[in-house]
Amino acid sequence: MTATHTPTPRLRAEDLTLSYDQRTVATHLGVDIPDHSFTVIIGPNACGKSTLLKALARMLKPRHGQVYLDGAAIASYRSREVARRIGLLPQTSTAPGGITVGDLVARGRYPHQGLLKQWSADDETAVVDAMRQTGVLELADRPVDDLSGGQRQRVWLSMVLAQQTSLLLLDEPTTFLDIAHQVDVLDLCADLHARKGHTVVAVLHDLNQACRYATHLVVMRPGGTVAAEGAPADVMTAELVEDVFGLACRIIDDPETGTPLMIPAAPRRFAPEDGEGHGRSPESVMAEPR
Amino acid sequence: MSTAHDTPPAPPAPATAAGRRVHRPRVITGTVLRAGGLSVRVRGRALVVTAAALAALVAVALVSLTTGDYELSVGEVVRALAGQDSGGADFIVNTLRLPRLLTALAVGAALAVSGALLTSLTGNALGSPDVIGFTNGSAVGALTVIILMHGSMTQIAAGALVGGLATAAAVHLLMLGRGLHGFRLIVTGIGVSALLLAVNSYLITRATFQEALEAQAWLIGSLGNRGWIHAQAILLACAVLLPPAFVLSRRLSMVEMGDLTATALGVDVTRTRATLLVVSVALAAFATAVTGPIWFIALAAPQLARRLTRTAGPALLPAALTGALLLAGSDLAAQRLFAPALLPVGTATGTIGGLYLIWLLITESRKSRA
Repeated sequence: MTATHTPTPRLRAEDLTLSYDQRTVATHLGVDIPDHSFTVIIGPNACGKSTLLKALARMLKPRHGQVYLDGAAIASYRSREVARRIGLLPQTSTAPGGITVGDLVARGRYPHQGLLKQWSADDETAVVDAMRQTGVLELADRPVDDLSGGQRQRVWLSMVLAQQTSLLLLDEPTTFLDIAHQVDVLDLCADLHARKGHTVVAVLHDLNQACRYATHLVVMRPGGTVAAEGAPADVMTAELVEDVFGLACRIIDDPETGTPLMIPAAPRRFAPEDGEGHGRSPESVMAEPR
Repeated sequence: MSTAHDTPPAPPAPATAAGRRVHRPRVITGTVLRAGGLSVRVRGRALVVTAAALAALVAVALVSLTTGDYELSVGEVVRALAGQDSGGADFIVNTLRLPRLLTALAVGAALAVSGALLTSLTGNALGSPDVIGFTNGSAVGALTVIILMHGSMTQIAAGALVGGLATAAAVHLLMLGRGLHGFRLIVTGIGVSALLLAVNSYLITRATFQEALEAQAWLIGSLGNRGWIHAQAILLACAVLLPPAFVLSRRLSMVEMGDLTATALGVDVTRTRATLLVVSVALAAFATAVTGPIWFIALAAPQLARRLTRTAGPALLPAALTGALLLAGSDLAAQRLFAPALLPVGTATGTIGGLYLIWLLITESRKSRA
């Protein structure tokens, strides 16, 4: 993809009303994802962050409004065409039992393959590149079941990279990872953004990680509206955090990077709970082994 | 095709025929055959399992056709199949044994593919049509025709088909729009299945002695007295229903990773699920219509095929062959080992399947505790 600095970004949402069945999550939601940005969406639990991401990737049909991809309504594309332009890493995916790392990453090539085009030279190049970038090339022959959580997340990320889309949407890519692996995954995303010019959109929970890595921050408040958006240094204020999260805090400069660093005020009030928890049900009790 | 930009150094592929290349990929399992712009991925283990299953099928078929009350030589069977024998061998092979064998093979394959599709769609090894009530639904349909309408063989088959499809629709409705997923589906299906079993028992108490005998004979699931009409019906069903299943199986293996992941990879999940669900229910219903309920093939064959081939996906062709082999083999065993008693094949598959289910439950529970 060549860098075309058109006035309208490749991916934007206009006046969205988003709902699951009867429950409306957001109304009049409009977002522009700046091209070649590392955009991070943050906000309290159940404010519709992941829902917005799903709508941007056409996983959820808006009740009202439209998402535009490369100038056309995203609903007008064929599924496969969307998959060639946008890669999405959902919160949870199930690795088929016994599959090897290489075979799983190779599934990212599905939108580029056909019944009689099952493994072209391009497929191989894309998969090897993706695995090298995430550092899982050496694991190619290992069963995914044997990997640690951090390794597994990198494998899923490789699958999305093998799709070779220049738009990457990541739904809480750091959940379930310990702090070292969280930094690992975020560094990788920052690298993809900086070196490859990919547009990366991620939903994150940690404000300070968001401020450190994002070039563009979208802050959502409960009820699914955008409270602020822009560069972290411009939007991140103690008033905004108080307003959106109901948390008294101070904002100082991150001694490592100079980006805003949020410190909760000393007599702590309720910190937002971690993990939104949807999609995890007791079904896994009898489900196929992951 | 191999003009890719700075491809990692791969060993030069040996050219086997004009333009065709065998390529051993670096990171994925299997071998890739390329010709022109086309490429096909072949997995060695699945190929070996498929070949072995085919060989075993030929062996079972030969034994089925040559042995029995009248022993025939292989030569006599081949002559009869070729239509060059007009005597007793022709009658024994072409009228008695061949339709029964073909029915067994096709019903076995249909049940296995039905089970493979449904367990894959539900994401649960127990989500097969016999466990979640579709088979009992077909039985209710058939018994209604036998007892209340005194229908012909064709009408009984139609009744079984309607019963199976109606049960699938009912289970779908009871899921209240949550789709056919997970644990809830299994519990709902088992409940529906138990309810339908009660309906069957009730129908039999309403029947005369003669009707009850006929109903009971149908309920056990048997390949006895199956002629060309049965073989043709199930072969036709397979010819129509198996190709779409095979074509969609690549999509199905994407859907197994979760609806979001599959959609993100460009799969139309809703349409894939709906199409394959209808194919699966229809296959099970046609099979049940022809032979009566035969338990456990749909449950066991896909799991056996998956474990044998070690593929991460529905493995439909190996499953179909395993199912055909299981049913034809069970029928052969039931006919020959217990002769002269006429043991219905349903008892043989029930025994094999029961043992398999126990093993599955033990290993699954061990895994979930680990």
